Amino acid sequence: MNSRERIFATLRGGLKEQAADPARAAAVEERIARHPRNLVPQRAQIPHAEQVALFTAKAEALTVTVDSVPAAEDVPGRISDYLARHNLPPRLKVAPDPLLQSLPWGSRPMLDVDYGPGRSEDLVSVTPAFAGIAETGTLMLYSSPTTPTTLHFVPDHHVVVMRESQITGTLEDAFQKLREKLGDVTYWPRTVNLVTGPSRTADIEGVPVLGAHGPRRLHIVLISDGDAAD
Amino acid sequence: MSMQVTAQHFETNASRALRDPNLRKAMGIIGGAMASRRVESARELPEFEALRDEGVKIKNHVLAHIDLYLEKFEAQVKARGGHVHWCRTPREARETILALCRSRNARTVTKGKSMVTEEIGLNAFLEEQGIQPVETDLGEYIIQLAHEPPSHIIGPALHKTREQIADLFEQHHPDYELPNRPGEKAGPRSTEPQVLVTEARQVLRDRYLQADVGITGANFLIAETGATVIVTNEGNGDLTQSLPKMHIVVSSIEKVIPNMEDLSTILRILARSATGQEMSVYTTLSCGPKRSTDLDGPEEFHVVLLDNGRSEMLGTTLQPLLRCIRCGACMNNCPVYHSVGGHAYGWVYPGPIGAALDPHMIGLETARHLPNASTFCGKCEEVCPMRIPLPDIMRWWREQAHEKRIGPAWPRWGVEAWAFAARNPWLYRLGSRIAVAALHMMGKKKGGRFAKLPLASGWTDGRDLPAPQSRDTFMAQYKRQKEMRR
Repeated sequence: MNSRERIFATLRGGLKEQAADPARAAAVEERIARHPRNLVPQRAQIPHAEQVALFTAKAEALTVTVDSVPAAEDVPGRISDYLARHNLPPRLKVAPDPLLQSLPWGSRPMLDVDYGPGRSEDLVSVTPAFAGIAETGTLMLYSSPTTPTTLHFVPDHHVVVMRESQITGTLEDAFQKLREKLGDVTYWPRTVNLVTGPSRTADIEGVPVLGAHGPRRLHIVLISDGDAAD
Repeated sequence: MSMQVTAQHFETNASRALRDPNLRKAMGIIGGAMASRRVESARELPEFEALRDEGVKIKNHVLAHIDLYLEKFEAQVKARGGHVHWCRTPREARETILALCRSRNARTVTKGKSMVTEEIGLNAFLEEQGIQPVETDLGEYIIQLAHEPPSHIIGPALHKTREQIADLFEQHHPDYELPNRPGEKAGPRSTEPQVLVTEARQVLRDRYLQADVGITGANFLIAETGATVIVTNEGNGDLTQSLPKMHIVVSSIEKVIPNMEDLSTILRILARSATGQEMSVYTTLSCGPKRSTDLDGPEEFHVVLLDNGRSEMLGTTLQPLLRCIRCGACMNNCPVYHSVGGHAYGWVYPGPIGAALDPHMIGLETARHLPNASTFCGKCEEVCPMRIPLPDIMRWWREQAHEKRIGPAWPRWGVEAWAFAARNPWLYRLGSRIAVAALHMMGKKKGGRFAKLPLASGWTDGRDLPAPQSRDTFMAQYKRQKEMRR
């Protein structure tokens, strides 16, 4: 017997007579196929407008800055303002994502916009998010040809552009949305990132410090639903 | 070869720890801030207690179907283009990881925080083989510089003060200078946590880019998709797995859960129990190498799954320990852990979870003191998100040690003599009558208190024993009063 077989033999030995129960396989198949929800907290099971407010409040409590803009075309200007506010050079590494590529970056001729994965010299990245989770102010992002993961972790500043309509209530809502978007588990991405605030550590005497290894700041530009939603 | 075990010296370790002023300071943080943050965050979620019950249900369901979920998980990892390596022992796991590193001609390996790699003693082994492991979690990095094991499962360096950390950086970083203000080089060095964190961030940045292989742990393995999940605050685990060419996940078999709904439920209790956060900053689900059109990510993805005696716990008294999600709440709330710190326990898992788990993993003979390192206050079970009956399990280990005649003989004889008397009331009453009368007599000479008693130094070293005020036992007085009332 190899190690794998021996581990499984010991596990089945520990399960005793249960191990032979044919109902077990059906229970496992069912739980994976139907993925029933367990108890879900009430907090975020509220109307969408309230979910947007809750998301913003939760994110801001984590030192995330949220900038609401009326329309997509306002995004480049608002990001330029952010750079100026933080004394940053006018250079962005942007995810090659259709929404972001369609933004009128040309309206800010001083802005140097480059598309691609994150590099150690990049100070500011701009990425889309798949969903915002109101319950905890969490962002859901995932890797794809148009959303390289390194943009979420390498730069000092991570700017996320998303629409209000992408905000969901609970973690379960966001995962379900992702399942529906992907269609089948076969297309599951290499990584899914749930990001709740900027990088932090409390490893030195328990004192919270921001910017341990990932972004020191997380900034969200939230496009109002009034603008032609997706 | 795995991590050096000093659990057999718990008593010496503990008394040394009690005299360490730095440790006293650090333990104040864990017992104070960390424990109270848990309470506050639980208060803000009305469903917290009910969610703990849900978590227990999920884990119990998994344990009853664990073979099937592991098979599902393995099939999904393979379907995503990854590999699963099953390892029964720490040695097998080390050899497997070494072979993977060699296949990439690896010279440097970056590591995210992983208790399982501590369990198998991976760092020392890789170093011996000429491969440089670099811990990237700030706490793990600090203790790697200090050549120490972690003292806490989620805050590995919490026993170090900021001054000690500044000393370590000064010793190990060639370009280290701690200006108090930007642009200022000399002057008294700063020990501000912000400055120290920035220093470590800059040094480790280059290491991520140099590494040939990135190793992370996993908090969960999801059967539905084959994803491995890490939960971190720093983002080091994500840099570790997305920059090198190969990502190795080192985890253990009991971490499997069915689906993302179950993940959602357990995440809600994990961070709250651990640090009092609602969510840790980064929860990352990873599966498989970079897809053909992805712009970044590793070219190879391997999951090394360790058993190390876990499968033998199924169907035994120890099974509830397999529900553990390694949040650290039991140690944050343990009066014994607060007094002696994590190193005294002498192995990877300290605190109440270690006292219950380590005897199984390193042998009861070696770890026999650990189940005794408890006041049985019950706080660990009260705060455990998975409601693991830790005191019951420690009590069970004490019984095992007694039955197997492990440890010195005289306490065992004492307990046996007491048990015999307890089963024979006449003998018990006779014994206590003699003892009470003798102590009463002797106490008169000693001013009513004993500073020292034979066979009871464990009690009298810390406090005096008051002498009985009457020469009669309680039962004798009770009988006499009953007769007087008649």
